[in-house]
Amino acid sequence: MTAVTTDAVTTDTRRAGRWVYGSAVVLLCAWVIVPLYFLLINTLSAPDTVNSFPKPFIPEFDLGSLTFFANFAGMLTALKNSILVAGLTMIMSIVIGAPAGYALSRFDFRGKELFRLLILLTRAFPLPLLALPLAVMFIQTGLDDTVFGLALVHTTLAIPFAVLITFALFSGIPLELEEAAWTLGCTRLTAFSKVVLPLILPGITASAIFAFVISWNEVFAAAVLTIENRTLTAFLLQNLDTSPLHLKFAGGFILVVPALIFIFAVRKYLFAMWGIANR
Amino acid sequence: MAQIEIKNVAKRFGTYQALHDINLTIQDQEFMVLLGASGCGKTTLLRIIAGLETATTGEVSIGGRRVDHLAPKDRGIAMVFQNYAVFPHLTVFENIGFGLRMQKLPNDEVKDRVERTAELMHIEQLLKRYSGELSGGQRQRVAVARALAMEPDVILMDEPLSNLDALLRMEMRAELKGVLATSNTTAIYVTHDQVEAMSMADRISVMHQGEIVQAASPIEVYRNPAAEFVAGFIGNPPMNFLPAAPAGDGKWTVAGQVMDGPRSGKPLKFAIRPEDMRPADEGLTATAKVVEPLGAHLLITCEVQGSMFRAVLDSDMSVNPGDQLTLAPQPDRMRWFDPDTTLAVA
Repeated sequence: MTAVTTDAVTTDTRRAGRWVYGSAVVLLCAWVIVPLYFLLINTLSAPDTVNSFPKPFIPEFDLGSLTFFANFAGMLTALKNSILVAGLTMIMSIVIGAPAGYALSRFDFRGKELFRLLILLTRAFPLPLLALPLAVMFIQTGLDDTVFGLALVHTTLAIPFAVLITFALFSGIPLELEEAAWTLGCTRLTAFSKVVLPLILPGITASAIFAFVISWNEVFAAAVLTIENRTLTAFLLQNLDTSPLHLKFAGGFILVVPALIFIFAVRKYLFAMWGIANR
Repeated sequence: MAQIEIKNVAKRFGTYQALHDINLTIQDQEFMVLLGASGCGKTTLLRIIAGLETATTGEVSIGGRRVDHLAPKDRGIAMVFQNYAVFPHLTVFENIGFGLRMQKLPNDEVKDRVERTAELMHIEQLLKRYSGELSGGQRQRVAVARALAMEPDVILMDEPLSNLDALLRMEMRAELKGVLATSNTTAIYVTHDQVEAMSMADRISVMHQGEIVQAASPIEVYRNPAAEFVAGFIGNPPMNFLPAAPAGDGKWTVAGQVMDGPRSGKPLKFAIRPEDMRPADEGLTATAKVVEPLGAHLLITCEVQGSMFRAVLDSDMSVNPGDQLTLAPQPDRMRWFDPDTTLAVA
């Protein structure tokens, strides 16, 4: 008898637990997905129905807003600038960050722990604090309002992540593999290119994409440091008060979608950076 | 010709002295085993020979050529690692051919040599697979084949069998010995497994706390251990030790018994292997504590004047715990050690 009651109780608690768990998951997902969904619906609405309410559940698939967006003066240049800056950021943060990650994982040197801490600390300074001196310096050196100048700033933002992700990647490759390559006729360099690089290439790609997204989403430095050569985020910010609503929706959509897709693609490696196994 | 000469090699990691003044000559085509417990410096010594580690002081020569300043790739060596280190992004074929490709050999020669070594290691049917699709034993075969395909002067092996299960280890042991015997290479093999060392080696270097205690043939190491450490390390069960008091003119009192021994004035340690004793009317008096029948033999753990003592006797003897035994050591198998230097006394 007793056994049966206990069983009933545990089943009840378990069911309740599952309910709480389920609703928490649904709530969290809704928190993220519902605004994105409205963004999608509004983007795919005709420009004149953007303000209507209630919204249809299924988007209208009217490309009017997107066409308007594409034809808006300066918008495509801004999009091009965004891609250029993000691309440059991606290349520079890997070229600088990956060797640092390799050094951290393979060599013991004095101040290694401090170095790791300092890498993270670069994210401790708020960008607005740095923006003014940076702007002055950039004007003095002629880097202001250039794609390269902005990419430099974005690279400093992306490098800590590039270093930490590649550090995790390199640490996952046993040193024995490299040593085996050395005994088989490789120098440090050829062992790296023939053994280590092919093994971490997917991870490096992920880290590069993450750097791309960081730059793609960045708005503050972009708004302060560029005038003529605005990136998409800065351009949309600049026109925030004057542009029609459907343009904002379309712009937001164009900004969010690549970032979302990329982050989804590289989620495994981001978890690796944070030390969570993704099974 | 690839004789290896190690002269006064020492290695320090920070304040830790991993190797003290190692001197060792390994003959051309010799199979040398470095044997010792973990942390004794055997792997460090191997890595110094390979060039993966730099000696703090000392010289290493291979085939009469100083190599300590050379990179691993320029030393004419090949190495087999404990965890196989088979490249996961390459097929078995490309793994075995990796070193040959680095030497920029023509395609058909690479193919020829890869196939030949694969056949030697019985993995010719696995050439198209990746390491993820192989078992531990197969990976080890690939690692050995990859080293052999280089046709190196010297092959270095760092506990290559320690990750395999017992049965596979025994099989690979015999196979490896056979393959290396026909390959004309000098081999250095690191292990902590004394059975592996005894069964494969031409010569064993027993290492302890960063020093080579004895370098001799397996049977010599077993029969005539140069130091107490070797006597206690080699053999399962190891040698028995009892204190011996001088009784004048080459006579010694061991557990109340007078025995013939070396001429020495100070107290020594008497040592005897468990299997070198017979039950007799006169000898050491032992009280049996535990009796373990092992099929071929009886392993008896007993007490002799308060010291633990092991004897291996014929299994048709009937011995029970608590029995009094009289064990006579074989005179030519008795060994003596100086308790201060721990070295053997003849």
